[in-house]
Amino acid sequence: MNISFDKLDKAFENRVRLQIMSVLAANERYDFNSLKDLLNITDGNLASHLKALEKEEYIVVHKSFLGRKPNTNYEATAKGKQAFKDHLNTLEQLIKQQKLT
Amino acid sequence: MEEKDIQNELASIRSIMERSSKFISLSGLSGILAGIYALIGTFFAYRLIYKGATRIYDSLSIGVYPDTITYLIIIAVAVLAASLITGFILSSRQAKRKGQAIWGKVSQALFFHMATPLVTGGLLILILLIRGHYGIVTPATLIFYGLSLISASNFTFSDVKYLGILEIILGLIAACLPGYGLLFWAIGFGVLHIIYGSMMYLKYDK
Repeated sequence: MNISFDKLDKAFENRVRLQIMSVLAANERYDFNSLKDLLNITDGNLASHLKALEKEEYIVVHKSFLGRKPNTNYEATAKGKQAFKDHLNTLEQLIKQQKLT
Repeated sequence: MEEKDIQNELASIRSIMERSSKFISLSGLSGILAGIYALIGTFFAYRLIYKGATRIYDSLSIGVYPDTITYLIIIAVAVLAASLITGFILSSRQAKRKGQAIWGKVSQALFFHMATPLVTGGLLILILLIRGHYGIVTPATLIFYGLSLISASNFTFSDVKYLGILEIILGLIAACLPGYGLLFWAIGFGVLHIIYGSMMYLKYDK
């Protein structure tokens, strides 16, 4: 069996997107500002990557208010979690394969 | 992508999963210092209690030394305050180094899960103290502290859980042996903290 790099999920080619999915795989929900602090990126950058993941239906957005401040939370969908798992498996197999050759 | 790149990728995923869900900046050194403060505190308490021929529990039950209990509470509060301040300062330093927010999502979760059993236990002990059940203090402090550590361990190094289990076992033993409260306090808050703090220091602080 030969695993090629094509099998890697295109949505996770970008590092930030993969990091976002990692956070949402480890936590039930995560809010925008905490994500921003954790990944140390700008609002715009984070927002655009979140949009992309949302478009893939890998994450869902929950909007609410904390007092008067808007509070946006993100949650990984079943599809997103599966995609993340598959991506990790593929990475693992790539390592194994390269060790053999 | 080379093998090394993939390894790096996997390592960064693991690190971000950990940093996003656990407060990994808890300082081991602050554990060691908290243990030392506790030993100093018990030393003063010991001198206060055992200066006469009678043991504290005998005298307290007939209410001879109301001053003594005030001093003991002052010592306990001073030890607690010194430990909390040290823990906060050293952990903020560590958090800065590891790029984690000292008051972020994870540390808030850690604080909440630790404070719930602690405040519950603290209030219960206070109520029982007012009602004159002095003997409950040592076992109850150890047991509730142990419970709070187990509850907090979900949001920090999982090693903390084992310290919590040890504190609970010690508290239950203390409940069986009334009169040796200070000894169990010295072991639970002093010795165990120093041993655990050293282990955590060697494992994570570097």
